[in-house]
Amino acid sequence: MEIIKREKTGKEGDFRIRQLQARDMLRGDLEGDDLEQYVRDRVITTTLDRAANWARGNSLFPATFGLACCAIEMMSVVGARLDIARFGFEAFRASPRQADLLILSGRISIKMAPIVRRIYDQMLDPKYAIAMGACSSSMGVFNNYAIVPADKFMPVDVHVPGCPPRPEALMYGILKLRSMVHADPSLGWRERYDAERTVEVLPAEGEELLRRETAVNALIPEDTAGA
Amino acid sequence: MSTTDVTPYRSGEERIDVTQRVQTLPAPPDQELLTLNMGPHHPATHGVLRLLVTLEAEVVRDLKPLIGYVHTGIEKTAEDKSYWKAIPVVERMDYLAYYFNAMAFCGATETLLDVEVPRRAQYLRVIHMELNRIMSHLVWLGTSMLDLGAVTVWWYCFRERETILDLFEQSSGQRMHTRYFQVGGVMEDIPAGFEGNLRKFLKKMPDAIDQYLDLLNRNEIALRRLRDTCPLDEQTLLDLGVTGPLLRASGNPWDLRKAMPYSSYEDFEFKIPVGTRGDNYDRFAVRMQEMKESVKIIEQAIDGLPEGPFITEDRKVALPPRHELATSMEALLHHFKLVTEGFRVPPGEVYYPIEGPRGEYGMFIRSDGSSKPARVHMRDPSFVNLQATEPMVRDAYIADLITTLAMMDPVLGGVDR
Repeated sequence: MEIIKREKTGKEGDFRIRQLQARDMLRGDLEGDDLEQYVRDRVITTTLDRAANWARGNSLFPATFGLACCAIEMMSVVGARLDIARFGFEAFRASPRQADLLILSGRISIKMAPIVRRIYDQMLDPKYAIAMGACSSSMGVFNNYAIVPADKFMPVDVHVPGCPPRPEALMYGILKLRSMVHADPSLGWRERYDAERTVEVLPAEGEELLRRETAVNALIPEDTAGA
Repeated sequence: MSTTDVTPYRSGEERIDVTQRVQTLPAPPDQELLTLNMGPHHPATHGVLRLLVTLEAEVVRDLKPLIGYVHTGIEKTAEDKSYWKAIPVVERMDYLAYYFNAMAFCGATETLLDVEVPRRAQYLRVIHMELNRIMSHLVWLGTSMLDLGAVTVWWYCFRERETILDLFEQSSGQRMHTRYFQVGGVMEDIPAGFEGNLRKFLKKMPDAIDQYLDLLNRNEIALRRLRDTCPLDEQTLLDLGVTGPLLRASGNPWDLRKAMPYSSYEDFEFKIPVGTRGDNYDRFAVRMQEMKESVKIIEQAIDGLPEGPFITEDRKVALPPRHELATSMEALLHHFKLVTEGFRVPPGEVYYPIEGPRGEYGMFIRSDGSSKPARVHMRDPSFVNLQATEPMVRDAYIADLITTLAMMDPVLGGVDR
């Protein structure tokens, strides 16, 4: 079988033009091939969205929220052996308002489910969730009346299997999430999961809260009171 | 039945007189009372404990723990499984003391079955339980000092914890919830190399404990928050059924390892650390010394580890070794019977208490003669100890409430089960 190499024309041309423009900006002491090499070594062109996603993916703040056994293994991810600070995930935030990653570390009982959902709702977009361990993904070894899988009441981006998962497994899940954040430019989970109008509130105050939440997500400054 | 009818359960519940339990405030308050909700999502409550705190300015006047946020129905699930398959679910009750949960369950089942556990298995159990005790205390120390603002200790504690979990992984293949203890012994003998790693750890651990103490015993902030805060006398603790380090901190040397020895604990020499004042510092100091005593016990156990089988030879209870399945028809039958139905346990009731890192772990099992337990109930120390929060922190500052809760070390998985 013959392998046909596609001609790289259009895209490289664009890149070439940008490189030349960058060279114009830097024109000074260097000339010719030296300048060419200088620009090639130092300038990366990208889009603002990609740059923002790159920064966002490398500095997610998880919420300090332990549920059960997995919470202990979640803590050891921060410890010296695995040291999640290498990837910028070590700043655990006690308030959901400051966090953008919810790690569901353990079994979620029926009594706890509304609270978990409320905490998730309190977080600001863009926000992500990891279901850590078998219980929060599929009710695990228990599989009985008391447990609810997280998918039943909130969107989950990454499931990490295990009972409890090793810290390395959680690390892998977090890195998967990071590459997801790097690749996906959309802001909130409602866009990611096509889940508009799923705010969990009482019917009477629903409209008002929905308006407020939309205002927060769309960054309308004067309408964000109370959010 | 229409909705207006009162069910017998409901009417029975309404007849219970709750007026006795409503506590009134001793004196009319000078300031307006504020009822504050703490939890279930609160970083300092060590899990999903919810507290309703009544405050007069900064002073706690009343406190109600609300529990049930990680209720998992473990007892009910265990009743649905045959005895040996219930061990993994039982282990997940108090998730920092999995070896103790398994030990209480296996011990209770062995008592009902009247099975003799080989001495090597008993010693291996002791080694793993004491490692687990150190591990649990390390997590307690790290997280509770995190609550007090002494963040550094946490990294040191989790460094040693990883070493212990490596040992667990070596002997059983899992870091947490190992299911190493079986009815009649342990799952497998310790592998080659385990002893060497264990001895390395035992050599390092006392120095590591001194390191933590160096970090904390000269730390004025930690000392001031611990010393003389929220003491409770021995009698009140006994009345509330509190066991473990909390009771020992008030001076009562009650330890089931000495009082009612199980699993060959009578063979080992160790001391029971007790406090004198029963304040938060004593609770802290007692646990620190307990870790050192645990190291001594493990040293004695590994030195005197007897030769012999690691699980009972009773083929009606324990699985036959793998190689026998190829040659012996009887072994194949036993294997089939054990794996499909499990062993049957003679009818009866048993309560099997052991001393865990938080106090008395007591497993109650009622058997109806079938291969599944009719009732499984764990007397979990976290649940009982939690009652003592209110008498401890009444009329103390809210900052001391956080300290006391940290020094109490409740594990909510054990409280709610």
